Amino acid sequence: MKIAVFRDFAIAAGVAALLGTTTMAEEPVRGGTLITTLPQTPRHLNPAGQSGIVTGAPGAQLFAAPLRYDEDWTPQPYLAESWAWSEDGLSMTLNLVQGATFHDGAPITSEDVAFSVETIKANHPFKTMFGVVDAVETPDEHTAILKLSQPHPALLLAMSSQLMPIIPKHIYGDGQDPKSHPRNGQDVVGSGPFKFVEFTADQQVILERNDDFFIEGRPYLDRIVYRIIKDASARAIGMENGELHMTTFENTVRNIKRMSENDDLVTTDEGYAAIGPINWLAFNTGSDGPLADKRVRQAIAYAIDKDFILNAIMLGLSQEARTGIHPGSPLYYDGVNAYELDIDKANALLDEAGYEKGADGTRFSLTIDHGNPTTKPQAEFTKASLAKVGIDVTVNSFVDFPTWANKISNHDFDMTWDTVFNWGDPVIGVHRTYDSQNIKEGVIWSNTQQYASERIDALMDQAGQEIDPDKRAALYKEFQEILAEDLPVYWTNTLPYHTIYNKKVGNPPLGIWASSSPYDLVFLKE
Amino acid sequence: MGILIVIAQRTLYGLLLLLAVLVLNFTMINLAPGDVVDTIAADMGGASAELIAQIRAEYGLDQPVIVQLGNYIWRVFQFDLGHSYFYNRPVTEMIFARLPATLLLVFSAQIFALVVGILLGVFAAQRPNGLLSHIVTFFALFGYAAPVFWTGILLLIAFSLKIPLFPVAGMRDVTVEGFFPQALSVAHHLVLPMLTLGSIFIALYSRLCRASMLEVLGSDYVRTAKAKGLSPRDVTMKHALKNALPPVVTLAGLQFSAVISGAVLVETVFSWPGLGQLALTSILARDTPTILGILFFSALVVIVGNLLTDLVLRLIDPRVRAKA
Repeated sequence: MKIAVFRDFAIAAGVAALLGTTTMAEEPVRGGTLITTLPQTPRHLNPAGQSGIVTGAPGAQLFAAPLRYDEDWTPQPYLAESWAWSEDGLSMTLNLVQGATFHDGAPITSEDVAFSVETIKANHPFKTMFGVVDAVETPDEHTAILKLSQPHPALLLAMSSQLMPIIPKHIYGDGQDPKSHPRNGQDVVGSGPFKFVEFTADQQVILERNDDFFIEGRPYLDRIVYRIIKDASARAIGMENGELHMTTFENTVRNIKRMSENDDLVTTDEGYAAIGPINWLAFNTGSDGPLADKRVRQAIAYAIDKDFILNAIMLGLSQEARTGIHPGSPLYYDGVNAYELDIDKANALLDEAGYEKGADGTRFSLTIDHGNPTTKPQAEFTKASLAKVGIDVTVNSFVDFPTWANKISNHDFDMTWDTVFNWGDPVIGVHRTYDSQNIKEGVIWSNTQQYASERIDALMDQAGQEIDPDKRAALYKEFQEILAEDLPVYWTNTLPYHTIYNKKVGNPPLGIWASSSPYDLVFLKE
Repeated sequence: MGILIVIAQRTLYGLLLLLAVLVLNFTMINLAPGDVVDTIAADMGGASAELIAQIRAEYGLDQPVIVQLGNYIWRVFQFDLGHSYFYNRPVTEMIFARLPATLLLVFSAQIFALVVGILLGVFAAQRPNGLLSHIVTFFALFGYAAPVFWTGILLLIAFSLKIPLFPVAGMRDVTVEGFFPQALSVAHHLVLPMLTLGSIFIALYSRLCRASMLEVLGSDYVRTAKAKGLSPRDVTMKHALKNALPPVVTLAGLQFSAVISGAVLVETVFSWPGLGQLALTSILARDTPTILGILFFSALVVIVGNLLTDLVLRLIDPRVRAKA
């Protein structure tokens, strides 16, 4: 938690003052093996065709991207030492670092950048990232120019972290399918701060220091061992007994609470703003029933006590989310209607919509299908809350993901609790939920709510192409206001993702991409 | 010659059983809505309709179920269990990489449970109504009733956190080099999972052993042995126990399938890299070839386990030999 970090900082500052030293940040030390974890076995380690956090964490160590981001959403040079938009916003010029090499010694050239963009465009599930890139020109070895069919500000975030790994053309360009290439999981040749050593499914991923990394003197660590531990309690115990140095993406609130009480550990929710996981109650607005009426959806939101979800279910470890954009994003607008608990208003809205209470006190019946077991408490709480305003709710549990996904994506549902990720720019992870062109049967996390609004479609088109940050923020402000009024989904909170690290760890990855950031700055104190 | 006929008969039954396992499970998996492509898409954080259709076509999942089943059985007859959709690797390769870990866990837990169970049973049978006998019964039933993952977490908290004797997860320490240090490391990692998995079965074996011992201890030849002046120890161990064992061994054989299913949970709690963990992942991912491959091998282990039990029974009980 932020408070805990702040307290530690204060103590450190106090100690430093006592010792009469002036520097507060500790000098990084070379060497050591960082032991961290992954909650599942990755399908493979090449993020060019595979999204997800378990591929992204080791993937961001194996492969460097053109840009990296700090804690404040400011792009920083990485494999590209500089970058520039053209006047019309239709091309992006990247100037690559001189003398950078892949792990096998071959130079990293603009050809590889062009190849990487093409591979990602053709194979990555997030089509909106590079969909508008028509061509990549390579005037010389160190210059790559991305030519766009329309201005695309989302490109900047899409060029960082795991989203744009620079992969070697001479390895992955041999004609085999990049999604199932044998070198994705074994003998991986990358461009990042750490080299591949071992990947054993269900056991571990081991990486070692790339001595020829293009940033002099880095990385600081000799090795990173990712132990694959699926059980959250086992990971917590491993952190508590010192077997693990760091664990990321923890979201079991009881375990986080317990680890936060351990004096050797630091618990923080920083680092998850770009990945941006948001919990929400989705409505099937295209159904024939009452949910097609926005007053009914608003009434449901008024009837649910968000504070109970935040404080009792999430134990105060997650943030309130009032819109579909993560509260940590600079584009988040919190001035929208927050739907504070108001039973009278909920009843009034339902009456107004023409759903009077029947003789038994019930207005109508609905179902909630929840897939992810972590959303079960919310689903049960919703049932109890809606009973108070005369809506009878049946909760259906689907622990089996494909069964749930099939039901929701074929629009065979009333309401569902879900967690959806922003993945950096709204163009990548936010638009898909509200775009009327994206109502597609059988595709989970498309616009499964069947929500359609011409104004929202137009706003997304404009904002997706607006290079000026202020104008863009204004467009997204209106976007969030309209959606909070129409309420195709009722957003409640962020997923309580936390990074927990031992105090021995210096420079833990707390930038916007959490564990999918390069670990070249991470070190172990002795 | 009886033994060869038994083996041949069992092998034939075994093959039919394997075929039934494959066909039934294939059908059941396909009856459930959704498929592996939904999971792959979810794992990617969402995918477009075109990509989903493309993956489905690549894996042949767009064909009718009956055609898929036919293709699958035909390949199995050619000793090819197919490719995992999810991990994109040959199923046999993935299973063989994990089978040793599971076998090690299952057999050590089974042996541990048998040894402890039999000892406790023999002990409890000496004074069937004594206080110690009741204590044994209490703890045995407690181990049986407690959910495996709960026992596992409890042992972890006790012996990894409070008294840090054992590691929390995995099968070996990656920093250890050399054969003997590695074997030692594996043994070190094995202790808690073995105790957890064994704890369920101790109750069964000790209760049965106790009952069986009581029956035998009351029989005429035991009285004769006692009358001859043999020490109580000799009477119990040599005369009574040998005759009390067959029911316990039979039960142990029947429990093989239960031990394997128990291993799924234990492996998940302790991150033990065996078939159980793979099974869980594949079931959640609807990775049909891998699930079927695992069920195939589990059925094989059960069949072989039962066959071994029969052979052991023939070895320790001459009456079985006589009947055949």
